[in-house]
Amino acid sequence: MEQVTALFARIAGAGTLSPQLLLWLGALTMALIMALVMAACAIVFTWAERKVAGFIQSRYGPMRVGRWHGIAQPIADMLKILQKEDIIPADADRKFFILAPFVLFIGSLMAWAAIPFAPGFVAADLDMGLLYIFAASSLVTIGILMSGWASNNKWSLYGAARGAAQIVSYEIPLALAVVPVVLYAGSLNMTDIVVAQQGGIWKWFALRNPFLFVSFLIYFLASIAEVNRTPFDLPETESELVAGYHTEYSGMRFAFFFLAEYANLFLVSCIATAVFLGGWGHPVPGLNFAPALVFLAKAVLLVLAQIWIRWTLPRLRVDQLMHVCWKVMIPLALVCLAGSGVWMLAFVRFA
Amino acid sequence: METTRIPAGTPVPGRPDSFRDVIYVWEVLRGLGITIRHLIRNCLHMKDLPTLQYPDEKRVYGPRFRGRHRLTQREDGSPRCVACMMCSTVCPAGCIHIIAAEHPDRRIEKYPAVYEIDLLRCVYCGLCEEACPCDAIRLDTGVYEIVADRRDKFVVGKEFLLNERERGTL
Repeated sequence: MEQVTALFARIAGAGTLSPQLLLWLGALTMALIMALVMAACAIVFTWAERKVAGFIQSRYGPMRVGRWHGIAQPIADMLKILQKEDIIPADADRKFFILAPFVLFIGSLMAWAAIPFAPGFVAADLDMGLLYIFAASSLVTIGILMSGWASNNKWSLYGAARGAAQIVSYEIPLALAVVPVVLYAGSLNMTDIVVAQQGGIWKWFALRNPFLFVSFLIYFLASIAEVNRTPFDLPETESELVAGYHTEYSGMRFAFFFLAEYANLFLVSCIATAVFLGGWGHPVPGLNFAPALVFLAKAVLLVLAQIWIRWTLPRLRVDQLMHVCWKVMIPLALVCLAGSGVWMLAFVRFA
Repeated sequence: METTRIPAGTPVPGRPDSFRDVIYVWEVLRGLGITIRHLIRNCLHMKDLPTLQYPDEKRVYGPRFRGRHRLTQREDGSPRCVACMMCSTVCPAGCIHIIAAEHPDRRIEKYPAVYEIDLLRCVYCGLCEEACPCDAIRLDTGVYEIVADRRDKFVVGKEFLLNERERGTL
């Protein structure tokens, strides 16, 4: 962000632009870059998901659009969805119905501001970045509830209620799983957390001690529940609730829900990369020209792992979902927190 | 027969769940192993996938495959059919409609003034070609992509069936 602002200042000539204007320009540029990168990734993931699903099930997946393996399929999908009629049900609460997809999308967009992709490449280097990310991504719950309620449809409402219950529950193990990392890093600043993991693969928080590794697994599983994907896709259960909270949405509004799902998927993977997997750090010597690409590669691998899990496991029942969260994950996360603390006291020398 | 009512909550008889089943993690990992194995195998041996890229690749059928019908011709190009009605009688779908007429050549008794097959009704059983005494109807074109944009186009007449070889679609 500082570099971007400095770049603008240099282009315009020193002193010609007021600092206020420079700040706005910088923020706007960063927001644009983030939004574009995120949208592009989300679009590519829809293709990747279908391909992986295909090959897991001994099919091809999309093959026809674009020269190679249906690579242009997402573009064709977008063009199709742009032409679709935009239907708002007569009995829906118009204002909230229209607002909901944007709330959902903005929730995931906002959290991107604090993700450090590379040294210095972070839109907002907040001191309480981790806290901010979890707070911003909680906005998704409001978007889901809003869409479910405003649709005036029983399936949507069931889906929204399930979604809210699930996300609120799973945020607890999610947050508890990153607390040991905060203990180690001694900071909530995302850049500080990543910098604390530099210098070899054994510095990554997921590999610092066995408790942190379990914390990483808890975070990973809880994040799948956060983004409503199989085996935790109860808010969308197509076999029970048609499509869950976005049953009544069509055309571009539906596309927003769809994109937000993949954007969230990518977001939680990026958070996991930054918090547990060393961010832009990597063990290969001499590969230092593109830290952002290393970061993205790790995040994409995590996304692929989530896709892999989705096409392996069947859906949980609602009571099983809650059982896993409250009776397994939360106690385990607390044990890991305590264990990490003890480990730190016993083995880590403080400077 | 009298059925006994099993009260709700009765445990289902069978092998009790082992510890491995109860903690669930082992089976999840096994499942993940199966899917990743499929993924890798299918990516490495893409040619072994059973899916056919249909319009580009087509399945090769045997010579006895029964496709769309054709009427065979005499040397002068007129149909070999003598309008004996064997095929339309044996047809289980009732899809062959023939109107017979007297042939100008005295050696040939009759010829079909109208010979229509409703391709939508036809079940491609091949009984018509079995029944035909003159080898006048055959299902050996191998065409199975039978497409039209109106239902009435699927009722094809003598002209069409006689010139089947030259003509691709309906």
